Amino acid sequence: MIGLPLFLILSTMLFSLGLFAVLTRRSAILLLIGVELMLAAANLNFIAFWRFGPNPAAMTGALFVLFSIAVAAAEAAVGLSLILVIYRHLRSTNPKEVNSLHG
Amino acid sequence: MLPTETHPQTQRNRPALNFAARRPWSTLALLIAAVLVVGAGVLFLLNLKAPGLLTGAVVAAMGDPGQAPLILKAGLLHYLETAWSCAPWMLELTSIFIVIGTLLSVFGVIFALTSLVERKMLARIQNRFGPNRAGPWGLFQPLADAIKMLTKEDIVPTGADKVLHLLAPITMLVPALLVLAILPYGPGMVPVELGVGILFFFALGATTEVGVFMAGWGSNNKYSLLGAMRSIAQMISYEIPLFLAALAVVMLSGSLSPDAIVSAQDGYVFSFVPHWFVFTPWGFAGFLLFFTAALAESNRSPFDLPEGESELVAGHMTEYSGFKYAVFFMAEYIGLFAICGFAVTLFLGGWHAPLPWLEWIPGYLWFFIKLYALVLLAIWVRGTVPRMRGDHLMGFAWKFMIPMGFAVILAAAVWHYAGGGVPGWLASAVIVLMPYLALGRVVAIQYPASRRVYRFSES
Amino acid sequence: MNSLFEIIAFLLIGSLTLGAAVAAVGLRDTVHCGLSLAVVFVGVAGLYLLLDAEFIGFIQLLVYVGAVAVLVMFVILITRPEDGVIQQPDRRRQKLPGALIAAGIFLVTYGAIMQSPSLRRDVPEPAALSIRAVGEALVSGHLLPLMAIGVLLTTALIGAALFAMEGEDGK
Repeated sequence: MIGLPLFLILSTMLFSLGLFAVLTRRSAILLLIGVELMLAAANLNFIAFWRFGPNPAAMTGALFVLFSIAVAAAEAAVGLSLILVIYRHLRSTNPKEVNSLHG
Repeated sequence: MLPTETHPQTQRNRPALNFAARRPWSTLALLIAAVLVVGAGVLFLLNLKAPGLLTGAVVAAMGDPGQAPLILKAGLLHYLETAWSCAPWMLELTSIFIVIGTLLSVFGVIFALTSLVERKMLARIQNRFGPNRAGPWGLFQPLADAIKMLTKEDIVPTGADKVLHLLAPITMLVPALLVLAILPYGPGMVPVELGVGILFFFALGATTEVGVFMAGWGSNNKYSLLGAMRSIAQMISYEIPLFLAALAVVMLSGSLSPDAIVSAQDGYVFSFVPHWFVFTPWGFAGFLLFFTAALAESNRSPFDLPEGESELVAGHMTEYSGFKYAVFFMAEYIGLFAICGFAVTLFLGGWHAPLPWLEWIPGYLWFFIKLYALVLLAIWVRGTVPRMRGDHLMGFAWKFMIPMGFAVILAAAVWHYAGGGVPGWLASAVIVLMPYLALGRVVAIQYPASRRVYRFSES
Repeated sequence: MNSLFEIIAFLLIGSLTLGAAVAAVGLRDTVHCGLSLAVVFVGVAGLYLLLDAEFIGFIQLLVYVGAVAVLVMFVILITRPEDGVIQQPDRRRQKLPGALIAAGIFLVTYGAIMQSPSLRRDVPEPAALSIRAVGEALVSGHLLPLMAIGVLLTTALIGAALFAMEGEDGK
């Protein structure tokens, strides 16, 4: 009864919530939270397809998620340190204020 | 003076003492007698339903003390099945509750005992007595502490985040209790047989940091926040040497399951030296690394800057009183037991006996003996070594322990692939010793310890 | 096919994850958003455990909850405004286009899922994710991604530390 469709719908909901956060929030950290939500949703998709897919013995989905978690951690670290640098310069985390290269 | 005697000048204000305060020994005897009588009565009544099953289980357990808990549990479940005809799902649930209840009560008693033993041991190291008023040798002190903490007013600061303030102690206690479920206490006595037990332990240790943050932030107190940040930074830094030391053990046992790691330490060399990993060069260094990092993870001296009393009152636990503080206290001690239990599993051979002629003592007793030896070692270190400064602490972790962790892994690999001969042991010892001396020089140059100057008052 | 226990577990963990995600996206106080993100990660780890991927679930707990969530909390605290109040101005009207886009994406993907042929295939036996197999796959078939991840993590570590360091002139 709890099969593939339910997990996919759950991950789609998480993804759209993350997308909503990226589109509407006014702080760079909250944008990053949205991006992390989207990544978590995508990882959940991979694991669901690995479990309910045709060839679970190949472990492709699980290995991909392993790499995805590592990449997401690296990206979060670099993104947060960039936010720190911008904050030090502009005293604000609003991405709209980072516009000195605006034509 | 006993609590029953009062100073002559206050004879008029003598408090009316209850029976337990006037006759502590008699109270203790009456309590024990009451528990025994009620227990015997319950057992007798239960036995009437299906005569012979319970007594048979007890007799079988006495005949084989090494597996006694398992035999008793199986006997109880069999009795429930035949006498009360329970459904299978109810038997499973009962089995789970028996295990949980046993674990919680055993570790609860050890926790109460340790809170007293620590205070007495620290006191003797510091040339004073510990608590000795609340009963013979202070044995009722944990009870008095429990009553005090339960009846204290629960103060939540105004402006504090109530939800976070409430959730933080729970978030710290639950991972510590969960870890107790995967330790192998005896042969076949693992509450939850998890194939990735080591990973489970580290994951829960990482989850504790969020609880520390919630405590620091939810208290609406700058100094709590500062203490929480320091504590998290310390915990993150010292997690890596913990992983590296455990990684060497996992590498050589070929499995992440604590049961398999304990089984890999079976047997004796020269028929009297046990096969424990701590008796190998890389294992000894790894054990020291693991134990030091364990002290740092539990925020114990010499790494207790986040909760140093003279610096930050109690760090992230400052604004907590009453029951919530008791939960923090319990979380800290149970975390210490869990991590010492892990050290016993990884390096000290789990439930194996150290000598072949001591194997008649059951495995679970050996586990708790070794666990308690490590806890006593931790208390000893606390009483002996002064607190480390903040930058010394972090420098020690990143510049000394992490390179040593890598050296331990290399030494473990060399020891394994050299076979069992002396050159392998020698090479492994050298690989561990050289970085130790070199890094020790580096750290000593960076943080020079000046010559100790004794200053006494001149009068 | 699924036991009652699994169904209840999925409903509980799924609703916890979704609730925490809504909180992470909608709350005004940034610190609460960060903590809700940690709860989302714990919920997703629980979902991985339900899907028989134990190893990945505990890695998720270790890396995301233990490291990424703590990092996010640290940065939220460091970038606090001066008066200590971390709030977002609540402009409901301006969130409407974003909400519409997100809802649109959800509906389109939902339609695509429901019509997908992968739902009508048979579900094979679940294969347990053995650590030995993962390790062997990592060093034999997937060696190149493993090395690339190593280089990436080293670079990210050095870069993030360099950025976050305060230079003498404050740059």
